[in-house]
Amino acid sequence: MFRFLINRLMLMVPVFFGVTLVAFGFIRVLPGDPVEVLAGERGVSPERHAELLAQLGFDKPLWQQYFNYIGDIFQGDLGTSLITNRPVVEEFFELFPATAELGLCAILFALIIGIPAGIIAAIKRGTWVDQGIMSISLTGYSMPIFWWGLLLIILFSNTLNLTPVSGRLSFLFDVPPVTGFMLIDTLLSDEKGSFLNALHHLILPSIVLGTIPLAVIARQTRSAMLEVLSEDYVRTARAKGLSTFRVVAIHALRNAMITVVTVIGLQISLLLAGAILTETIFGWPGIGKWIIFSVFSRDYFAVQGGLLLIATSIMIVNLIVDLLYGFINPRILHQKSKS
Amino acid sequence: MALLEIVNLTVDFATATGSLRAVDGINLTIDEGEIVAIVGESGSGKSVGMLALMGLLPWTSTVTADRISFNGQDLLNMTDKQRRKIIGKDISMIFQEPMTSLNPCFTVGYQITEVLSHHFGGKRKSYNKKAIELLNQVGIPAAESRLNSFPHQLSGGMCQRVMIAMMIACKPKLLIADEPTTALDVTIQAQILELLIELQQSHGMALVLITHDMAVVAETAERVIVLYAGQQVEQRKVKELFENPKHPYSEALLNALPERAQDKHLNAIPGVVPGQMDRPRGCLFSPRCNYAQDLCSQEKAPLKDGILCHFPLNLSKSKKQKAINLETG
Ligand SMILES: Nc1ncnc2c1ncn2[C@@H]1O[C@H](COP(=O)(O)OP(=O)(O)OP(=O)(O)O)[C@@H](O)[C@H]1O
Ligand code: SF4
Ligand SMILES: [Mg+2]
Repeated sequence: MFRFLINRLMLMVPVFFGVTLVAFGFIRVLPGDPVEVLAGERGVSPERHAELLAQLGFDKPLWQQYFNYIGDIFQGDLGTSLITNRPVVEEFFELFPATAELGLCAILFALIIGIPAGIIAAIKRGTWVDQGIMSISLTGYSMPIFWWGLLLIILFSNTLNLTPVSGRLSFLFDVPPVTGFMLIDTLLSDEKGSFLNALHHLILPSIVLGTIPLAVIARQTRSAMLEVLSEDYVRTARAKGLSTFRVVAIHALRNAMITVVTVIGLQISLLLAGAILTETIFGWPGIGKWIIFSVFSRDYFAVQGGLLLIATSIMIVNLIVDLLYGFINPRILHQKSKS
Repeated sequence: MALLEIVNLTVDFATATGSLRAVDGINLTIDEGEIVAIVGESGSGKSVGMLALMGLLPWTSTVTADRISFNGQDLLNMTDKQRRKIIGKDISMIFQEPMTSLNPCFTVGYQITEVLSHHFGGKRKSYNKKAIELLNQVGIPAAESRLNSFPHQLSGGMCQRVMIAMMIACKPKLLIADEPTTALDVTIQAQILELLIELQQSHGMALVLITHDMAVVAETAERVIVLYAGQQVEQRKVKELFENPKHPYSEALLNALPERAQDKHLNAIPGVVPGQMDRPRGCLFSPRCNYAQDLCSQEKAPLKDGILCHFPLNLSKSKKQKAINLETG
């Protein structure tokens, strides 16, 4: 297990350098620069423009800028935002809980509905139930996030007036940030009703962000279950006289989960891409919205640092999923500990 | 009263190319503590027949029978829920493939204690001692430490022993062993068979032993049922069958035994069991039968005294004459 961990950490080194290169290059390829954006409509004289760029160190050759960037990273410095003048790391970790909370709720929503749906489809294979579940999931998979978000807002917020349109919490509440997770903070605070209000705000964004993972997980669960249900050991479980529920939910599902967990890990990584759109639609003050804003304002340091931190968190999630995979699949665990 | 009575069991599968009759009118009675063997070539319906009894066939199958009764209960018309109270407890079955028949995600201990707590109630953990006892009984060394092993850490023979421990845990009245040794090394095969016979005697349970090996039949069973292409062609006492087989297929199976080989080469039966597409019109064995006559390929063979054949072998001379006279009118 230990060696497995070391191997995985070693693999992260090239990925890390790849990410820094992409983050560094991407923002500089875009037309315009931070000074232009800061100056806005009024504009600046070419001399003043050059002077300001030099002040920020953007007049140096690219390779030198890149080495400064890397050098700073190794000193634990991810730079300072050009817009807010605050350390990028500080901004990131202030906003990160909002995205993590949304992402967790979305994946939870996807799991709670997707896995049972996949199981039911597998058990009822070939019937209208199976076909129904699979068509809905295909629809969900191909639904453009932006369109889907607006549709839900129009229906639930505007027409039915059931859910709030944007933000994490109503302005009526004053909840001090402790963990950054609104559901926890509201419980810690003594504002009555604030927890339910936070929950209300989470519903639509979680559904929108969780729809694609839900569809993928449902399909994957179905196909994994179909494969596992025809295995000899499932027949053995039935030969023991166990209830259908036990056979399916314990003996078959545990094995099917081995493949489903990999897919769940992949979906969590992809979730951040979806979060950018979802946060924009719902005015959700998280990483996605922040990184978009930073790109538009050509905040070179915020984008460089932010993308690196996002990539790192994805790598950590993947590592956790890999460890979980070894835990679920005894064959992996024992091979690894033997080697 | 017989422990198990099966009358006219038939199983059809719905397949892409139409309906497939895998089992065609099997009859079987077993008394308490008796060993009955079922023999036949691959594809003759041995497994399917017994899986039908257990209610373990996939949903594409249709099972019909005139009667299936076990221990005075009507297995045929009971709900799945009622059946689940019996299988795994009073009737249990071990399978052809020991390596894939155990769940790779659960420990040996889990899989054994699960069946006990399911049928007798109580916490799984409370049966740990019983599980160790069972593992000792089936000859697994260091039983206590084996409780925490996963199936992939065991050899095929060990897996089969675990399967046996699991399936005799509730002291069944009837154990069905579906080719329990086919997938194992030759040296292990004899050990597992010995173990089964030993357990059968010490537990006083009835045993249905499915095999395609006549030698195994000779060593173990009291009675034998010979299946061919889903049909039961002969049902006899083992001793009688070996002395004078009455169905040409039984005779061919016996002649294929190594010790009966002439000129040092095995008398394998030429040809294969007919499939869904090439089912003969008359007797299903007729394309491969040494005694086939015109009548055989035209008319279905009649069932007389448990023998499914137009021209049974080894009848006393007068009886045989009579039979031929009858057939030819
Ligand atoms: N699930 C199924 N769907 C369709 N046909 C099946 C199914 N299971 C078995 N069959 C068919 O039923 C027939 C009998 O199969 P069965 O497994 O009972 O043979 P067997 O006598 O046990 O052979 P073996 O010695 O190889 O185990 C075969 O022709 C097989 O193809
Ligand atoms: S009926 Fe004819 S073909 Fe069939 S087994 Fe008897 S003798 Fe052979
Ligand atoms: Mg078989």
